[in-house]
Amino acid sequence: MIKFFLMVNKQGQTRLSRYYEHVEINKRTVLEAEVIKNCLSRSKDECSFVEYKDFKLVYRQYAALFIVVGIDQTENEMAVYELIHNFVEVLDKYFSRVVSETLNLLQNIFSLSKLGGSVISENKSKEKNI
Amino acid sequence: MPAPIRLRELIRTIRTARTQAEEREMIQKECAAIRSSFREEDNTYRCRNVAKLLYMHMLGYPAHFGQLECLKLIASQKFTDKRIGYLGAMLLLDERQDVHLLMTNCIKNDLNHSTQYVQGLALCTLGCMGSSEMCRDLAGEVEKLLKTSNSYLRKKAALCAVHVIRKVPELMEMFLPATKNLLNEKNHGVLHTSVVLLTEMCERSPDMLAHFRKLVPQLVRILKNLIMSGYSPEHDVSGISDPFLQVRILRLLRILGRNDDDSSEAMNDILAQVATNTETSKNVGNAILYETVLTIMDIKSESGLRVLAINILGRFLLNNDKNIRYVALTSLLKTVQTDHNAVQRHRSTIVDCLKDLDVSIKRRAMELSFALVNGNNVRGMMKELLYFLDSCEPEFKADCASGIFLAAEKYAPSKRWHIDTIMRVLTTAGSYVRDDAVPNLIQLITNSVEMHAYTVQRLYKAILGDYSQQPLVQVASWCIGEYGDLLVSGQCEEEEPIQVTEDEVLDILESVLISNMSASVTRGYALTAIMKLSTRFTCTVNRIKKVVSIYGSSIDVELQQRAVEYNALFKKYDHMRPALLERMPVMEKVTTNGPAEIVQTNGETETAVLETKPPPSGLQPANQANDLLDLLGGSDITPVIPTAPTSKPATAGGELLDLLGDLNLTGSPVSAPAPQIAQPPFLLDGLTTQPLFNDIAAGIPSITAYNKNGLKIDFTFERSNTNPSVTVITIQASNSTELEMTDFVFQAAVPKTFQLQLLSPSSSVIPAFNSGTITQVIKVLNPQKQQLRMRIKLTYNHKGSAMQDLAEVNNFPPQSWQ
Repeated sequence: MIKFFLMVNKQGQTRLSRYYEHVEINKRTVLEAEVIKNCLSRSKDECSFVEYKDFKLVYRQYAALFIVVGIDQTENEMAVYELIHNFVEVLDKYFSRVVSETLNLLQNIFSLSKLGGSVISENKSKEKNI
Repeated sequence: MPAPIRLRELIRTIRTARTQAEEREMIQKECAAIRSSFREEDNTYRCRNVAKLLYMHMLGYPAHFGQLECLKLIASQKFTDKRIGYLGAMLLLDERQDVHLLMTNCIKNDLNHSTQYVQGLALCTLGCMGSSEMCRDLAGEVEKLLKTSNSYLRKKAALCAVHVIRKVPELMEMFLPATKNLLNEKNHGVLHTSVVLLTEMCERSPDMLAHFRKLVPQLVRILKNLIMSGYSPEHDVSGISDPFLQVRILRLLRILGRNDDDSSEAMNDILAQVATNTETSKNVGNAILYETVLTIMDIKSESGLRVLAINILGRFLLNNDKNIRYVALTSLLKTVQTDHNAVQRHRSTIVDCLKDLDVSIKRRAMELSFALVNGNNVRGMMKELLYFLDSCEPEFKADCASGIFLAAEKYAPSKRWHIDTIMRVLTTAGSYVRDDAVPNLIQLITNSVEMHAYTVQRLYKAILGDYSQQPLVQVASWCIGEYGDLLVSGQCEEEEPIQVTEDEVLDILESVLISNMSASVTRGYALTAIMKLSTRFTCTVNRIKKVVSIYGSSIDVELQQRAVEYNALFKKYDHMRPALLERMPVMEKVTTNGPAEIVQTNGETETAVLETKPPPSGLQPANQANDLLDLLGGSDITPVIPTAPTSKPATAGGELLDLLGDLNLTGSPVSAPAPQIAQPPFLLDGLTTQPLFNDIAAGIPSITAYNKNGLKIDFTFERSNTNPSVTVITIQASNSTELEMTDFVFQAAVPKTFQLQLLSPSSSVIPAFNSGTITQVIKVLNPQKQQLRMRIKLTYNHKGSAMQDLAEVNNFPPQSWQ
């Protein structure tokens, strides 16, 4: 199950965050700061899966943006890795480049395509129509 | 009031902020504007304001004042309002707020709305944050929607059902009929969510699992279509058709096939097909292969398939991509227990991974390497692991060191190799070695008798240069203390003997004592070692005396105590000194997790290392004995300790510590040469492997100690030749009634001058009609040869009622105690 989904820029500022389990606001900032620190400090040679507390982080870097997904132990890390890529491709097709101003719509896409922490529609054209 | 700014402008403004403080200021200003706008109850701009609020919430600022506004938006008729309202509800509300219950009615109406998008929104929201009450109320609606033909709604309903089941597991049966047709859909979205729903149901309830096993053929067919079908632009991801669905189906197959032969058999073909046909050039293919491998490992697959899976993992290991290597190592770790030989084939690759740069990969490779060590490859593996220990990050060193010790203990080809390996670990990672390793090492060294000279020589050389690594110094001081004479005499077969004088040895030990780097425990070791050398060395005894007396006034209480006692040894009890400080005997093998029982042997010399004081097992019998004490009412009866004599040595040591006070025990236990581990000194001979009843005096008549209500207890006696103060009594309890006696407990108490030990009885049930007996052994120590008296207490269940009786036994034959 996906626990959370973060988009973070290189300076460490959260651009988008979506939690699928309840986490208090102040805990969220702490969590984000730690997670980001973990991922930013890794070099290119290291693998994209990190163990953090009791879940695993899968992260991927796209130019200046990091996408980090927290998953629990039962999830297939590589499938999630693909999911991130798929998601970015959708964004890419829909908006000419991934921009923060459209985050509102992003949230909508999120809620509709990743209901309850599971992926329901990886169909790209469908996602464009939402 | 001017129209509130749009979300886009807000985002643009915030992005221009340079510092955190500036950003906060902007946000606060905007929040104030939003709040006043809410107060004005402005319908037109409400949606815009809430959108801005959500953005600010995402950045981490509190936005709870917008919750009611979200509800108002949900209630409105406009779709855009509803959309933002539901989004806000999902983000801002959850079951902890009371406000959320107000939404229930709205959601209910919207679930029956004419527009599918509105229904979809409602389903999404319910599926995200529905509380158990909401779920209970609305489950019926969700179930209805699960059966519609509209695939857009169906898939959302399925995931909503997953959430409902998570919140209220009792409702699972309600969704069962709806699941019948779910897998017949063509739409991948619906298929995917249905598989998720089925997975969730199967995970939660074993009955459901059994019920859904019949779906295995259908799932296999769907998977086959996915693989075989040609290119379909809708579902394609890098050349593979809908990999996410494939992975999901594989996972469901895994759950269904676990522990079930039939299902596993049905799956074998398709798994083999997936494994061989999937393209591995892209990550997608690898993801599918990974899931396949996990599934193969979990179900009862045939061996050919398993070997195929492990080969896939082996191929992964050779891949350049780190992610894949990591995933392969994790899976191999899971399977190494069951398919050990297959994994061995990939050993060299795994060992290579130890040299990888990535921390996660290194850790996995290390764990896997330890799992793969066996008798044949231990030398090679150890070399690699020691090299790894040298170069790895500090966080690994402790685990690696413990792992090496364990592996070396199990598979050491020779004692010398074992000791060399340990030395190497101590010198490279000395400070990271766990505390319990030190006693284990000491025991190991003691047991390899022929290596003593070699060991002590190497240890001496090791600490000569550097005595900062505490475990190393501790082991070294202990060895030098024990085998100092071998060191000085320069005998060593294995290596070139070095010339060391007694003074040099003492120099090193003293510097350990003085050094700031030494921990308190280490200093204790060093002081004891110096003391032991007083009997091994010949010309430096005076120096030792001086050192010991200096520490009599040390600030460290532990050191002070030791020094004072050793001083006393020199002064008042010099005649005992050689016996006390004798060479340690060979210790019995204890498990690596055992507490520090090992070093309890010479309680006098190793008292400080005794970390565990009398274990609590001594407490419980004391409680039982207390009742006897009450009843016997005399102060001349000592309580009985039925079994577990482990409390004894510590007390024996404790009394000996009291050298300056009265010695309560007589001379005999103290000077008992080389007492055994965890044995009370006086019962030494009784509890060794020698048979108990060999050395018997001429037959002592047995007595009937008790005979009432059909219960008869006989005592038979034996005296030990080796220790005349010990009498061994064997009791036999028999039952002549027609019903058996259960829960039989025998307790005994003796006068203070005696000591008593009860061993475990043979059973607690006495069968009826004298058809069997309970036997129990009692040992009595009677150093003062007084007349033996005993009070016994019997408790048992007979004829359904609990019985209890007390009696005194006075008819002991004189031969039993004289």
